[in-house]
Amino acid sequence: MANLNLVQAINLALIQEMEKDERVLILGEDVGVNGGVFRVTEGLHARFGARRVVDTPLAESGIIGTSIGLAMAGLRPIPEIQFDGFLGPAYDQICSHAARMRTRTRGAFTVPLTIRVPVGGGIHAPELHSDSPEAIYSHQPGIKVVMPSSPYDAKGLLISAIRDPDPVIFFEPKRVYRAFREEVPEDEYTIPIGKARVVCEGTELTVVSWGASVLQCMQSIEKSSRSIELIDLRTIFPMDLEAIETSVKKTGRCVVVHEAPRTGGMGAEVAAQIMERCFLYLEAPVQRVTGFDTIMPYYKLELNYMPDASRITGAIEDLFAF
Amino acid sequence: MPIKSILKLEIERVSILDEHGNYDEKLGAGLIPDADLVKLYEAMSSCRYLDEVAFKLQRSGRMGTYPQNMGQEATSLGAAYVLNKDDWMVTCYRENCGLFWRGVPMESILLHWMGDERGNAMPRPHFATPIAVPIGTQMLHAAGLAWASKYRGEKQIACTFFGDGATSEGDFHEAANFAANLDLPVVFCCQNNFWAISVPGKIQCSAPTVAQRGIAYGMPCIQVDGNDIFACVYAVKAAAHRARTESRPTFIEMVTYRLGDHTTADDARRYRDQAEVDVWKLRDPLLRTRKFLERQKCWDSSKEEVMMKRIEIEVNAAVTRAEEIAAPPITDAFNYTFAELPADLAQQRDSMQTHSLASEATVTSTAASPGAGGH
Repeated sequence: MANLNLVQAINLALIQEMEKDERVLILGEDVGVNGGVFRVTEGLHARFGARRVVDTPLAESGIIGTSIGLAMAGLRPIPEIQFDGFLGPAYDQICSHAARMRTRTRGAFTVPLTIRVPVGGGIHAPELHSDSPEAIYSHQPGIKVVMPSSPYDAKGLLISAIRDPDPVIFFEPKRVYRAFREEVPEDEYTIPIGKARVVCEGTELTVVSWGASVLQCMQSIEKSSRSIELIDLRTIFPMDLEAIETSVKKTGRCVVVHEAPRTGGMGAEVAAQIMERCFLYLEAPVQRVTGFDTIMPYYKLELNYMPDASRITGAIEDLFAF
Repeated sequence: MPIKSILKLEIERVSILDEHGNYDEKLGAGLIPDADLVKLYEAMSSCRYLDEVAFKLQRSGRMGTYPQNMGQEATSLGAAYVLNKDDWMVTCYRENCGLFWRGVPMESILLHWMGDERGNAMPRPHFATPIAVPIGTQMLHAAGLAWASKYRGEKQIACTFFGDGATSEGDFHEAANFAANLDLPVVFCCQNNFWAISVPGKIQCSAPTVAQRGIAYGMPCIQVDGNDIFACVYAVKAAAHRARTESRPTFIEMVTYRLGDHTTADDARRYRDQAEVDVWKLRDPLLRTRKFLERQKCWDSSKEEVMMKRIEIEVNAAVTRAEEIAAPPITDAFNYTFAELPADLAQQRDSMQTHSLASEATVTSTAASPGAGGH
């Protein structure tokens, strides 16, 4: 057991999977000698060599497109896209090929790849370095979308993602990278993709969140006198609807919190699923606390954009006043 | 300081059997034995006949949109002939001839254009990737497949096909750049057929050759007469050797011509002159190969007749086999989305299945009920 932050937990998972499975290789911009701009792949180049930790040309579509070829040939590539805002150039390869290869070849070809992407705001980064595009990729059939909020979950989920037979986008919340440490077992363990975690139990209201926003939710809940249950989805797609349903049927109230823009965000999906599954159990309408339908502002205003504890508390109180 | 020239470039063009029947004995020596050339000619003829049949199938509503390969048969066939059986063929959608040579069943291609994903379920022994529809994306997969081979220390290479229009796409440039800089064993075959639907080549590339695009990436480049099966074999053979022994990519521009429309949904008369098409009809790869074989005393009209009868039977049998394949169950659309279906998707599948069964029951009971059909 070691006390690790999110960066170290991911680094450990990568090392352990690479040691275990010769098919696993890492590729991307600056992932080699430099160890990644966030140092997530620190030490891996020295340990595994340039054959398995590859600095590629600066081309996102190229990184994902070649990874698709590597995966079709039976390897387990882990491409890194350096920032959320740079996923755009790879969108075509992700959605036109990786996502649909199994379906369009009826299983003759599959694309087992794990795309690692630092995600979200809160670290005073330049523009296009702070986006939250998880809904875009959750809407695309054929891809799994994962976003851990803690070091322990990150290690277990990343190992599951690498071993998954289908493409997974593994979003790493930048704001959590070095936010805190927790005990992370050295031993190998996995956390199943598609399973949420009940962070704290409660009976009066459910908060559903994921990624860095989970931390803000915890701040809000800690200050509240209400009995609030917090669900960290951990996987955005496929979503653990059972966990949401069970909780909301118990509490009758739900607030969904995410950093991504509101319209068409995954909070809308959570709300719709609750309507379908829990309508007669609801004491109040589902509320969303989200980023806004604006371009992510430059960092002077980023904290205003992202849901914070006071906005979350406001929504919680609104529901009790309904 | 005087300004110095620091780089001089040239592009070689290879033509071995030209449209007038001139044959370069030296370059062609030992390249394709006559007996093999007969088989290659038969393969091109078969592919051509399939094109005609496919066109009629589309026009009579028995098949969806179909892109004819007519005029471009020699390019992919030349490559398939000279590649090893386990080298990857990473194609677009005008490489039927090469794929058939590899053993991809004709009904697979038909099935694909008949709107059935099972047409793309190309079994691994053919080492052919599924037809790539978005333009220019598949070259990156070729680079990845070649990379995997190199990673494993194997000698397998990847040969990818795309058109002149695809060289305008960013992915082409990324693939060339990756292959060159990471030393990947890839053969890039650009079928320059002069037209990207209605847009002429000069809108895609204003340099004198498409071949020279590869120079910018530091890879050997060559232009060949793409309607000359000998030249195609010659170039791919050298490129494959380079890939296998040096793990280096090559860019081959195969100058050919799309004799047909872009697809059955297109009408090329809207944008190009018949006079241009007529010139290229004389440069048809089938025509010159047949004439060459006749000169070698390997072919005559009676052999042609026998072959065409056999091809008709084979192609028609493939059409029958493809048409006999009923629509897959709707559950197939769900079942291949992931290796293991998420609960919500399984629920969507089951509800759709229940709905389908209910609809069938309704149809059956309506048909059986008295008075139905009496209108």
